[in-house]
Amino acid sequence: MSRIKTRFDALAAEGRAALVTFITAGDPDHATSAAVLAALPGAGADIIELGMPFTDPMADGPAIQAASRRALHAGASVTKTLELVRDFRKGDDTTPIVLMGYYNPIYHRGVDVFLKEATEAGVDGLIVVDLPPEEDDELCLPARAAGLDFIRLATPTTDEARLPAVLANTSGFVYYVAIAGVTGTRTAAVADTAHAVRRLKAASDLPIAIGFGVRTPAQAADFAAVGDAVVVGSAIVDIISEGTPDVAGRVGAFVEALAGGVRGASRENAA
Amino acid sequence: MSERPNSYRNGPDERGRFGIFGGRFVAETLMPLILSLEKAYDAAREDPAFAAQIATLGTHYVGRPSPLYFAERLTDELGGARVYLKRDELNHTGSHKINNCVGQILLAQRMGKTRIIAETGAGQHGVATATVCARFGLPCVVYMGAKDVERQAPNVFRMKLLGAEVIPVTSGAGTLKDAMNEALRDWVANVEDTYYLIGTAAGPHPYPRMVRDFQAIIGTEARAQIQEMAGRLPDLVIAAVGGGSNAIGLFHPFLDDPVDIVGVEAGGEGLAGDKHCASLTAGAPGVLHGNRTYLLQDDDGQILEGHSISAGLDYPGIGPEHAWLKEIGRVSYVPIDDNEALDAFQLLARTEGILPALEPAHALAHVAKVAPAMSRDEIIVMNLCGRGDKDVHTVAAALEAKTGVTH
Repeated sequence: MSRIKTRFDALAAEGRAALVTFITAGDPDHATSAAVLAALPGAGADIIELGMPFTDPMADGPAIQAASRRALHAGASVTKTLELVRDFRKGDDTTPIVLMGYYNPIYHRGVDVFLKEATEAGVDGLIVVDLPPEEDDELCLPARAAGLDFIRLATPTTDEARLPAVLANTSGFVYYVAIAGVTGTRTAAVADTAHAVRRLKAASDLPIAIGFGVRTPAQAADFAAVGDAVVVGSAIVDIISEGTPDVAGRVGAFVEALAGGVRGASRENAA
Repeated sequence: MSERPNSYRNGPDERGRFGIFGGRFVAETLMPLILSLEKAYDAAREDPAFAAQIATLGTHYVGRPSPLYFAERLTDELGGARVYLKRDELNHTGSHKINNCVGQILLAQRMGKTRIIAETGAGQHGVATATVCARFGLPCVVYMGAKDVERQAPNVFRMKLLGAEVIPVTSGAGTLKDAMNEALRDWVANVEDTYYLIGTAAGPHPYPRMVRDFQAIIGTEARAQIQEMAGRLPDLVIAAVGGGSNAIGLFHPFLDDPVDIVGVEAGGEGLAGDKHCASLTAGAPGVLHGNRTYLLQDDDGQILEGHSISAGLDYPGIGPEHAWLKEIGRVSYVPIDDNEALDAFQLLARTEGILPALEPAHALAHVAKVAPAMSRDEIIVMNLCGRGDKDVHTVAAALEAKTGVTH
């Protein structure tokens, strides 16, 4: 069984949602990023989303754009990102890692080569922002064949007619983008999100993660009450951007607070 | 059956592909919009009223047809093939960009959109978009790289006079690529009311096709005009390519004719270094801004910044149909560097009394290279897609740096 499914099954048994934490690989530099990554599970992250730096992150707001820039400036690359995963796996063989990014660095490396390297490094799933279902033969289907989950984004603009196509080849979990917008900007209303999650639940058996605009432990608790997972990215990246000593410790403390929120969420209204 | 396609003019396919190029590589939030845009455009194309609206505005607002002009003194100076210039620089707003803006603003209206956004590099597309927005009373937001805002100040002022809001983009290197990223971010956040008016024949399907169709008036007119003036088709057709909208507009109606076609890329300071914009000559296939095409990129698939003396060619990608036409060998693409373009700029000013924009000055530099080796019986048609008034300061600074003489 995949690490992602194992983790969601275990959390379902505990009756709580997952905390998914996003950091950009190599931000602000390789060593610091490795330390932050290693600290995440202990602080309460259930799943890790590792951003693959790209020069043109079109779906990201200022915080994650800046993170990409810092990482690339410090020498980040696809090779270095996979190295981070490989090193992480030496100390943790259970926490799922999902790579999130844009298609060009993968396409340029060669899809088959990339999938082989990612699988060997210990990657569990991929989220590639600029590959809608219309382009499934590019990476989604080869990734599934290679044993990686391909996690699709569903958005407020995904209508009923389109939803089956969005869900068709999705695996691992469904990532609900709670706002029409870029990362780290606005926060959605919990009621609207709950409604959207119920719609997704009716169409899919996969866990539903909620992301974009979740910044505080209180918000994490609110959204954990209506979804199977909550994704926090920009707020964590903001701490990394401050550049003060012991970044891993401060990120860890914040993630602990977020985990407290997720674990304390009242889920009686959960779909 | 021959291996060659029956026609080079049938693309894109139903997935928006020209061969492997093109496609719809966008975030899910935008996908429903792209599909509804495609549907709206397909319906508009079949509607004679839409074509009539474009034709009327073309005649009375843009000033079409633009003349095809036999450049006699230039021809004599070069001493070879007869050179004809398609005078799209005489259009309202001073470039071919208005052709596309007229078509898309009418489409935005049909779709009930109430807010227009656009990206711009040199500012020509921004000015053309701001112009049609003023004409139709729609609010307009133009994203422009902070560096371009600085070096194209007169166009920024023109856009503001026309009522547009110009937002300087500081992310990335602050040029056209970053302006396009920011426009896409705006669109994702304002999907309900906003229409994204893309200025070049790139981006996700249906944009490359749609922009080509709106610009193909250039080639359709030129093809009829040259036959009327010279009694036959040209031997060679030439245009500058940045994103490639003026070039595909001129080329497309000639693709099935026995005519050589050459696109001229910005060679910047030369292809040996990284200060150029020759994505077809020196780039590799990749995916950016919604389409697969040739891109300037590093070993890791990170996008590189282009460089050209012409801000309008300063883009690390190229329209996907050009990528396909290169790949199948129907069109040749060659680089022209900054200095050659500067020389051509002055050549046309001196021989014909026309200041070309620095973009078509690249095309003209290639004309100046090949025309002398051709015979007087042969014919070249070149797209003079923009006027050079916007570039006089850039040219003055470049000449001063070269010669030490202050202008």
